[in-house]
Amino acid sequence: MMRLRLAALAALTGLALVSGPAAAERLIVSLSNHRVMVTSSFTGVDLVLFGSVERDQATVARRSGYDVVVTVTGPRVTERTRRKERVLAIWVNVESRTFVNVPSYLAVLSSKPAEAIASPDMLRRLQVGLENILLPQRIGPDIADVVRENPFRMAFLRLKKEHGLYIEKENGVTFLTPTLVRADIPLPSNAPFGIYDVDVKLFADGAMIAQSTSALEVIKVGFEQFVADAARDYGLLYGLAIAMIALLIGWFASVVFRKD
Amino acid sequence: MQIYLPIADLPVNVFLILAMGLAVGFISGMFGIGGGFLMTPLLIFIGVTPGVAVASVASHIAASSCSGAISYWRRKAIDPSLALMLLAGGVLGTAVGVWLFTTLRALDQLDLMIGLSYLTLLSIVGGLMVLESLRSIMRTRAGKPVVLRRPGSHIWFHGLPFKFRFKRSMIYVSAIPVWVIGFLMGFIGAIMGIGGGFLLVPMLIYLLRVPTATVIGTSMVLTMVTMASATVMHSVTNHLVDAVLALILMVGGVIGAQFGARAGHKITGEWLRLLLGLLVLLVGLRFAFQLMVQPEDLYSIRMVTP
Repeated sequence: MMRLRLAALAALTGLALVSGPAAAERLIVSLSNHRVMVTSSFTGVDLVLFGSVERDQATVARRSGYDVVVTVTGPRVTERTRRKERVLAIWVNVESRTFVNVPSYLAVLSSKPAEAIASPDMLRRLQVGLENILLPQRIGPDIADVVRENPFRMAFLRLKKEHGLYIEKENGVTFLTPTLVRADIPLPSNAPFGIYDVDVKLFADGAMIAQSTSALEVIKVGFEQFVADAARDYGLLYGLAIAMIALLIGWFASVVFRKD
Repeated sequence: MQIYLPIADLPVNVFLILAMGLAVGFISGMFGIGGGFLMTPLLIFIGVTPGVAVASVASHIAASSCSGAISYWRRKAIDPSLALMLLAGGVLGTAVGVWLFTTLRALDQLDLMIGLSYLTLLSIVGGLMVLESLRSIMRTRAGKPVVLRRPGSHIWFHGLPFKFRFKRSMIYVSAIPVWVIGFLMGFIGAIMGIGGGFLLVPMLIYLLRVPTATVIGTSMVLTMVTMASATVMHSVTNHLVDAVLALILMVGGVIGAQFGARAGHKITGEWLRLLLGLLVLLVGLRFAFQLMVQPEDLYSIRMVTP
C-alpha cells in the first residue's frame, strides 16, 4: 500500500518536470502535499508550492527578470446563478443562468498584478486571471461565454470569491532568489473534493517562456465521507437506516423515561 | 466543538444543534406536538438550506413521535383502525409531497415555496389559536362555565358513503374525510418538514369528532409513519437527509421532550394554547420578514451537478 502511494506520488511529481516546448528556461515545480485529507475538523489548509527556474548555460539573463503565475483549478461543475426580483411584495428567484463545466475552485496567484506581466490579449488567450477565465453559460441550445460585464457572470465571480472558492492574489508568488519562487495555495474548509490541476506559467519580457503542470487531490475521509457516499449511492438503504434509527431512539426514550 | 455536516455541507457547533434539539424537544413535550414547525425554521435561520432542513427534520419528528406513540399505546389511547385508515391517505400524501418537493427544487423555487407555506400556514393557525385561547380565558374570567363543546352540528361530509365504525374512538364516519385528512398531513409534512400535530389534532376533534382520549395517540401514529416514510423517500429522491444532523437533533429532542412534558402539566390549558399560538404566529412573522425584506444579495448560486 505504502509503495503504491509512493509510486503515485512519484508519478505526480514526474508530471511536474514536464516543461514548455524547446525553451531556454525550464520550470521545475514541487508541491508540499499532493493529497489533502478532509476530516470533520478540517478548517482549511495552505499548500506550499516551490518553483525553480533552470537556465542552460547558453541562456542570457533576462533584463526584466521573471514573473510567475500559478493557476489552481478545482474539479469542474455545473452551477446555476439565480437572481431574485420583487414579485407582489415578496422576493422570488426569477431569472437564472446555468454555468457549464466551470471550476468549482480557482486560485490565481501571481508575482505581480497580471496586467504588468503581459498584454491583455495575451492574458486572455492564456486564460490568466479570474477575469479571463472561460465561464461558459448555457444559452438556449448553445453553450458560450458572454461578455465580462454580464451581470450573472459578475455575480457568479463575486459569490465564488465571497465563498472563498475563487481567489486572486497579485502578490501570491514570492521570489526567494531571482530563480526560486514560493506560493501559498489556500484551500478553504469548503474546498470541493476531487483532482485539482496546478498550472505554473513562467513569463519574461511580456511573453510566456515556460509552463509546468502538476496535480493535487482533495479527498474526504472518515465518517463524513462514509455518510456522504452512502446518501448519494445507496439512497434507499440510507433512508431506511435513518428511519430505523429514529424509531429505535424513540422506542429507547420511551423505555428509559417510562413513568409507570 | 465544531463538526462538519456531510450533506448540509456546513461546519456547525455540536452543542448549538444539541441545544436546539433540547429546546424544541422541551417545547414539543410541553405542548404535546412534534415541534417540526420550530425545528425546520431554526435550522434554516442558522444557514442549513431549506431542503436539507425539511428532509432531516422528518427523521427527528419520526423519533419523537415514536416515543410518544409507544407511551400512548401502553395506555390504550390509540385507535388502531382509525390510525390505519389515516395512514392509507398519509403515505400517499407523503409520496405526492416528496414528488412536488423534487420538482420545485429543480425549478429553483423550493426555498420560496417552503417560506410561503410556513408564512401562510403558521400565521393562520397561530392567529386562530391566539384568538380562541384569549376568548376562552376571558370567558373564564367573566365567571361563565367553560363549555366543553363537542361540536355537534352535522357537517355535510358525514353523509358520505364508505362509512366505518371506529370502535375505540366510538365514532361512525365515512372513510373519505379520514383519507383526505391523512393525505393532507402527509403532503404538508413532506414539503414543510412538520409532523402537523397542531393541525391534525383540531381537525380530528372538530371534523371527525374523535374523542380526546384517543386523538393525540392516534395522531402520533400517523405522524410517526408519514415522517419515517418521508425520511426514506427524501433519501431516495433528493439525497438531502443529513444523518449526522438528524442524529444530534433526535437525541436532543427526545430528552428535551421528557422535561417539557413535566413542565406542561403545571400550566392550564388556555394559557398553554395562548403561548403555543403566539409561538406559531412569531415563526410565521419571521418568515414574512424574510420574504418581504430585500435580501442583502439578490444573486445566489446552486450546484446543479457535481
